[in-house]
Amino acid sequence: MQHRFMSEKAGHTFKASKPRKLSRRKFLTDIARTACGVGFFGLGVGIYSKPASSLPALALRPPGALPEEAFLAACTRCGLCVRDCPYDILKLAELGADNVATGTPYFTARTGPCEMCEDIPCVPVCPTGALSHELTDINKSRMGLAVLVDQESCIAFLGLRCEVCFNVCPVRDQAIRIEPRPNLRSGHHALFIPVVYSEACTGCGLCEKACILEEAAIKVLPMRVARGELGQHYRLGWEQKDKAGGSLVAPDTEHKFNLPEGVKYDYYGRGLVDERGAAITMPGTGEAATPFSSNPLDTLNRGIREAK
Amino acid sequence: MSVSRRDFIKANAVAAAAAAAGVTLPGAGKALAAGDDGIRWDKTACRFCGTGCSVLVGVKDGRVVATQGDPDAPVNRGLNCIKGYFLTKVMYGKDRLTKPLLRKTNGKYDKNGAFTEVSWDEAFKTMAEKWIAARKAKGPKGIGMFGSGQWTIWEGYAAQKLLKAGFRSNSLEPNARHCMASAVGAFMRAFGIDEPMGCYDDLELSDTFVLWGSNMAEMHPILWSRLTNTRLTKKGCEVHVLSTFEHRCYELADNAITFHPQTDLAIANYIANYIITNKAYNKEFVEKHCNFKKTPTDIGYGLRASDPREKAAKNRNKGKLSSITFEEYAASVAPYTLEKASELSGVPAEKLERLAKVYADPKRKVVSYWTMGFNQHTRGVWVNGLVYNIHLLMGKISEPGNGPFSLTGQPSACGTAREVGTFTHRLPADYVTKKDAHCKFAEKIWKLPAGTIPRANGKTDKADQSDISGKPMGKTLIHAVAMHRALHDGKMNCFWVMCNNNMQAAANMNDESYPGWRREENFITVSDPYPTVSAMAADLILPTAMWAEKEGGYGNSERRSQFWRQQVKAPGESHSDLWQVMEFAKYVKVKDVWPEDLIAKQPEVADKTLYDVLYANGQVDKFPKVQVVDEAGNKYDNDESEYFGFYVQKGLFEEYRRFQFEGKKIGHEMAPYDDYHKARGIRWPFIDGKETLWRYREGYDPHVKKGQGVYFYGKPDGKANIITAPYEPAAEVPDDEYNLWLCTGRVLEHWHSGSMTRRVPELYRAVPDALVYMNKKDARKRRLRDGAKVKIITRRGEIVTRVSTRGRNKPPQGLIFVPWFDASRLVNKLTLDQTDPLSKETDYKKQACKVVKA
Repeated sequence: MQHRFMSEKAGHTFKASKPRKLSRRKFLTDIARTACGVGFFGLGVGIYSKPASSLPALALRPPGALPEEAFLAACTRCGLCVRDCPYDILKLAELGADNVATGTPYFTARTGPCEMCEDIPCVPVCPTGALSHELTDINKSRMGLAVLVDQESCIAFLGLRCEVCFNVCPVRDQAIRIEPRPNLRSGHHALFIPVVYSEACTGCGLCEKACILEEAAIKVLPMRVARGELGQHYRLGWEQKDKAGGSLVAPDTEHKFNLPEGVKYDYYGRGLVDERGAAITMPGTGEAATPFSSNPLDTLNRGIREAK
Repeated sequence: MSVSRRDFIKANAVAAAAAAAGVTLPGAGKALAAGDDGIRWDKTACRFCGTGCSVLVGVKDGRVVATQGDPDAPVNRGLNCIKGYFLTKVMYGKDRLTKPLLRKTNGKYDKNGAFTEVSWDEAFKTMAEKWIAARKAKGPKGIGMFGSGQWTIWEGYAAQKLLKAGFRSNSLEPNARHCMASAVGAFMRAFGIDEPMGCYDDLELSDTFVLWGSNMAEMHPILWSRLTNTRLTKKGCEVHVLSTFEHRCYELADNAITFHPQTDLAIANYIANYIITNKAYNKEFVEKHCNFKKTPTDIGYGLRASDPREKAAKNRNKGKLSSITFEEYAASVAPYTLEKASELSGVPAEKLERLAKVYADPKRKVVSYWTMGFNQHTRGVWVNGLVYNIHLLMGKISEPGNGPFSLTGQPSACGTAREVGTFTHRLPADYVTKKDAHCKFAEKIWKLPAGTIPRANGKTDKADQSDISGKPMGKTLIHAVAMHRALHDGKMNCFWVMCNNNMQAAANMNDESYPGWRREENFITVSDPYPTVSAMAADLILPTAMWAEKEGGYGNSERRSQFWRQQVKAPGESHSDLWQVMEFAKYVKVKDVWPEDLIAKQPEVADKTLYDVLYANGQVDKFPKVQVVDEAGNKYDNDESEYFGFYVQKGLFEEYRRFQFEGKKIGHEMAPYDDYHKARGIRWPFIDGKETLWRYREGYDPHVKKGQGVYFYGKPDGKANIITAPYEPAAEVPDDEYNLWLCTGRVLEHWHSGSMTRRVPELYRAVPDALVYMNKKDARKRRLRDGAKVKIITRRGEIVTRVSTRGRNKPPQGLIFVPWFDASRLVNKLTLDQTDPLSKETDYKKQACKVVKA
């Protein structure tokens, strides 16, 4: 469908997936790699495959693929996985196509994501275990990791009701979860934010394919590109407490407070509770929540004297 | 200024980095806005669901090039759902119809001919010939029109006049019959006046939300985001969700209740019983404002009379209420104990009790919402009423944060179908064809002789109404499902479908609708912008202008009416439904369809056309054609006014408005036409320049006098009815062979039958096929894997699709869910043409099926 309103943006629809022009150098490396892959299979292929290991972000390996270097070492480019894919999403890289090592199987999430067959037909046919036969549960495959790369364009972040990525995700409510947050702009609505959880995301790419934007805001990236890593020196207290089933140290003692008649203080929960009917302004809510007085003159008169 | 891909990405990346760092870069936003140059923006209402989001439409060079949620609209404050996001594209599918198409062989109309381009003149001439003949030969039910809650207000009103006054036929129905007829039936029985008493502000003002058979998360997406915000930000706020399968609303549910189909009747009665046995009810409110009634039971399932289930029904189709005392009412709900409700429904007792407690807690404000789970129900009127009972017992009604609220599915189910009354039994503003006096009132406004409009029973002043057929008028009411049966049986020969896709929607396509449409002597006209399933099954297709291609007005679920100006021209020879209805009226003469004795009462009309007497009547054509301009001075087309030579929409609306002010019924008052073009919607009743937010409550509703407190003025004594009704089983329950419940419904991404949204590539890519959502254990039992191709089979037909055990809907064991948007697999081959015998609304939610490997 051609729409005039798209013309402004039309320039950036999907060129990325077109085959790129081959540079002379690239052509030569690919030829060499193919020759070596075939000729010297098993004889330190790792050396040759090293430069090819920068698998481009848009190309993904079939389920069960070994880490990229090991995969390249093990894959014989036989094409059996491609043959047995019932959805025809797997391709063997042609010379120079998408920067993928020639002859190796890959898929592109935006145009043909992995449909996550329960019986994973592409895996058992792999003669070398480049696609690991240990993978028997498709939910355990890690083809990549979905990342919501563009929060500016994702219309869910803008408060629109989309959630298409969440709705198509086959690892329902685990790989992508919707986390509702108040929409502070409208003051009346909620944002339904899709959040990807790496512990469950298989990298199948169904979300990237389904993204309704002209360029997907959610993309599946190779795991090593996608993930950050938290320092080992810091632990998440709430998770550790959950895991331990209680506080890691001795529980708190009972606290008592000086309070007027009819007022309670719920130390761990609601804080000050006035049961006499009058509302009490809680710290962190209402007017007291900002450093500003409701009278703009107060702020103006205070002036820059207090500024550091 | 053109922006290259590289610049665009760079600008985006810079802006993203800046946003992350908390700084604003001057000029960073400019590159993105550059394309907006020269776009003219104006307001419209979204043309999808009943929420009524306001949308700004951007037009450049005669084409809608962009839209945006209207930031100044209180309903949506700049937001839209995924369908609204793609509004720009719904009008520009590649396969828009642009010329009338008639089935022909060798240049002549042939029922089995090929669709051939014809002129509008030939189309209407052919159609008029068929319509006049059918009207004469078969009486008032020989012809029929099936419209829509997607019609604009004046389109519905023009059609109302054409059928009821022009053709003298009550065979006019909207697809709203399949959507909220049960809600209407219950409103009329309980309150004597249609539509909810509250408004969307309850979404912020309540602290307890109960969803009965509503998947608001997907079907009213923006309202759901308001409800979610309240749940997130308000302390103690609770959400209770009731459904026969787990859906997206369960994500937010504090109390998720999955019950066996049809047992919502038992659950609602248990809650009433809980309230009474715990003496929690509001005694003062009940005494002052409520009457108690009972309704006949064992009323059948709206199937053909020959069906054994109908023959077995003791009180088939009966609904006459009789008075009972409070004690009798209490006794009628007493059998619905917690144990019994839990046993019938399969819901753990503590969940039911938790629900009962929030209703019974006088400190809690509760709003109950429902949609098709309650309305598409063979006991729809009953079950709607059972929830009113709960609110009335507690007095939690008609005040901020408290009330029952039925959400409508279509953008103008309220504004057009209900308020204009495009049902067989209705006239505008809650007047009905059952009452002789109401018809006379309508005839007076329409400047037509008394006795023109067919009465429901065919009698005026206790005498038979005469008819062009030579026979007495006879009984004239015919509801949507009955229309298809009449076409099937050859009793109705002409049918005109507008603004909906009835062949994809109506139940039991194989046995009823399709054979009816294709019956040799029947002539079916379908008006549509796109070649839908309905168009495929028609004999004449009329290309239709849609949404922003015409001046329009819609009324949403909260009594808010919103207007828009025509933004662009329709493609080719397309014309709006309004133009089609009015232009067709020129092809029929009064004497073609009125008997002599009626003409004798107003002899000057004999040689006039229906157009002359209905629309060129000195009222509708009262307002001269004007150049439509907005506040900024931008000019707009109005193709209908241009063609007919007067301000058509305004004339129709102002005549319609007289029904709201000149009769005995109060509480429907709307604002003058021009006000709506200035406002972001106005909520009726609109009196002395003020809108009404909560009805029947002193201070909020000007019709309630000082000191009355609450007054349900739709009833003569100002009291609402609490109507008892029991649990009764569904019509088709799973058995050994057909061993699963089949429930049908919708998805967020597609609008109804998908004729628009499936033409948006992005939405199609997101949700291309209707899958069957199935419990994992049920799949395993049948050796089906996720994604397996299956046949779903009912006693009426079968379809092929794929299994989803990990999708958005998670049915319990024993039930499957299939959405119906997908024209490539027609779920209505499977559904049973069962209706609520009172509201005549189809139950699409409960039939027995089996699933086998395909």
